[in-house]
Amino acid sequence: MRDKGLIFTGLVLFLVLITFPVWYDLAAGTTSKGPDPKLPTAEKDCVAPLEYMRTSHMDLLLSWRDQVVRQDRLTYKAFDGKTYDMRLTGTCLKCHTNKEEFCDRCHTYVGVAPYCWECHIDPALAQRSRG
Amino acid sequence: MSIDRRKFLGVAAGASALVLAGKASVDALASGSGPKQGGTLANTRWAMVIDPAKCLKDKGCTACIAACDKVHNIPDFKNPKHAVKWIWKEPFKDAFPGQEDEYTTEQYKDKPFILMCNHCNNPPCVRVCPTQATFRREDGIVMMDWHRCIGCRYCMAACPYGSRSFNWLDPRPHIAHLDTDFPTRTKGVVEKCTFCEERLARGEGPACVEACEAKAMVFGNLDDPDSEVRHLLKARFSIRRNPELGTQPEIYYLV
Repeated sequence: MRDKGLIFTGLVLFLVLITFPVWYDLAAGTTSKGPDPKLPTAEKDCVAPLEYMRTSHMDLLLSWRDQVVRQDRLTYKAFDGKTYDMRLTGTCLKCHTNKEEFCDRCHTYVGVAPYCWECHIDPALAQRSRG
Repeated sequence: MSIDRRKFLGVAAGASALVLAGKASVDALASGSGPKQGGTLANTRWAMVIDPAKCLKDKGCTACIAACDKVHNIPDFKNPKHAVKWIWKEPFKDAFPGQEDEYTTEQYKDKPFILMCNHCNNPPCVRVCPTQATFRREDGIVMMDWHRCIGCRYCMAACPYGSRSFNWLDPRPHIAHLDTDFPTRTKGVVEKCTFCEERLARGEGPACVEACEAKAMVFGNLDDPDSEVRHLLKARFSIRRNPELGTQPEIYYLV
């Protein structure tokens, strides 16, 4: 073990370099920061349980879309027995009034760009652009 | 671990019961999500009867067109080559080609007729659509699913009535009043009259019919022998656009 010093210095240097992204993120404080979407305070119940909505809201919306447009079915019976109109702006955005603080925060965080809003209109946005 | 015969049979019976229960619930879910059968859609066939004489009395009235533009966020591109129209006017000779002659009365010849999608019983646009973005509903409405439209414009080539328009540009900046209840379309999507199916779902009539003060347009169910459209068609002679093409239009013009 003549080169003990050299070997261990090299090893430490290697470990530091390979874990650099972790240290860098920790220092910048971005690692533990979630998207933090703002949930509505006025309404407690959604059309499906929180866990389901978190992982599968896109599937639910796609099924709503096909039912309304293609099968002429307009209402959705929720898990708790309540019925809702299957409408993105009329039902979802009625509670989640701020699209930017709810939809966009997560979508930006995970880097997805759903094209819902190229056609559907965020009423708040339309209000603002109207002045 | 050892297992005796009695235990094995018990476990096997339990497992097969679980599998059967699972299959039953899957079947129940599958049958619940199928398209609506029977009910109201199946014994409905929406149609419109237009009385041109009443319409022409009010010269230059465009209330129906304005009403449609407003509730459906229809853009006004100014450039006629880019025009998006769901309901529009055309002189008799263009609306009913082949049915005019040199003695066609002055009353009709160059006068504008109200035109829109004919919601054909045998719609050529539906046949050619590669994505089934346009389809015929059970109640006769030739519907558009703009989510699916890929903008190939086969339907525009197939439609003999020019009822379909293509968005060559982003329509959003060209809409005078955004109605947040109804979506806009995007660039690269075909659109047309949907007989106001979103209003029918709420129990209202089409916007153009409600806006017409001359009551020149009557909307109703052809499958109901007591409906106003059936009475009108029984009482008076009517013509349809290009009937020889076999598309079976559902817009009738009273003579």
